[in-house]
Amino acid sequence: MSKIEPLVIIGSGPSGYTAAVYAARAQLSPILLEGSVTAGGALMNTTEVENFPGFKDGIMGPVLMEEMRAQAERFGTRFITDDAVKVDLTGEIKTIEDGSGNKYQAKAVILATGSGYKKIGLAKEETLSGRGVSYCATCDGFFFKEQAIAVVGGGDSAVEEATFLTRFASKVYLIHRRDELRASRIMQKRAQDDPKIEFVWNTEVIDILGEDKVTGVTLKDTKTGETKNLSLTGIFVAIGHIPRSELLIGQIDLDDAGYVLAKPGSTKTNIEGVFACGDLVDHVYRQAITAAGTGCQAALDAERFLASQGIFSA
Amino acid sequence: MATKILTDATFDEEIKNSTTPILVDFWAEWCGPCKMIAPVLEQIANENEGKIVIAKLNVDENPKTAQALGITSIPTMNVYKDGQLAKTIVGAKPKPALLADLASFL
Repeated sequence: MSKIEPLVIIGSGPSGYTAAVYAARAQLSPILLEGSVTAGGALMNTTEVENFPGFKDGIMGPVLMEEMRAQAERFGTRFITDDAVKVDLTGEIKTIEDGSGNKYQAKAVILATGSGYKKIGLAKEETLSGRGVSYCATCDGFFFKEQAIAVVGGGDSAVEEATFLTRFASKVYLIHRRDELRASRIMQKRAQDDPKIEFVWNTEVIDILGEDKVTGVTLKDTKTGETKNLSLTGIFVAIGHIPRSELLIGQIDLDDAGYVLAKPGSTKTNIEGVFACGDLVDHVYRQAITAAGTGCQAALDAERFLASQGIFSA
Repeated sequence: MATKILTDATFDEEIKNSTTPILVDFWAEWCGPCKMIAPVLEQIANENEGKIVIAKLNVDENPKTAQALGITSIPTMNVYKDGQLAKTIVGAKPKPALLADLASFL
């Protein structure tokens, strides 16, 4: 077991990296467990980010994350490219264990593990994953050149994916269970103007067809209950996210959906010295910039907490 | 480099002639999760030399093989044993999870 650190940050992405920039500049020399295969977070699977202030021509999601990481590194963040697999946050000294069995002890912890994608919950979704069912348009769009495919969902990510996929596919159905999108107006307009995108409103996917590969979907009209089949070779699921809070169950207060409950107006959790930020907490805004904002708040809250304990640097 | 590079031209031959199980990582430059999994596979290759061969096939440069195998998501990791497909792993996973998936080959 190593020495007791002032601060360990679990999770990367805009919130974890921003927390690290602030904590490192505060001389806390934070350890950041950035994830073994998820470092950089959800933005690593996106293309152009157009709404992050400061980049008038947009910036690629992965590039933005590399820059944030480098900025955190510049001020002395120590990165561990591994996952937290076990935590004990309840005592005064918090213990975190990574996937290689290394243990870290800290006076304060910032939780920034973000969210993972939500599945529809159909049996075929599992068996045909990698056989036409996908959760990453930027990874897998390439395989659907000149084919008819569908994106399921109605938020920004669904509409962005649909637009992105028109580079490859001959036809993209955007299947949404409501009659309006949650996506931003500019994304909606872009999709509506795209001749390859066809909106399928008030519709749920109730089955995925095909044995060895996807051949179609069964759709159900949410108003009339009518069902019909649609032939396609790919289905991209973008129906939202679930917070990655499994590790915290039983220690940190979570809401019914699994989001960490932070005290209003702060990033403090129910346990002293444990702070939470980003998509792990936020089920309302879920933007790169709001995640970065709460990451900053968490670092400042942690810094104040540590100062109250007489700890001012690593 | 502990990993072996496969191409459309060499794929069949390498699978057929491998004396140990061979894992083929189908990847591309634009795929974020593929880049993250690469160092993990490199480690697994180094730590299990002689037991399993870890190979990579770039689907962008070698579309024929990926298409023939019906691959539609990357990273996909196919494990071949005695020339036959023995396991398919789809998506990036942390090392302990990958090792668990590969346990019967190591």
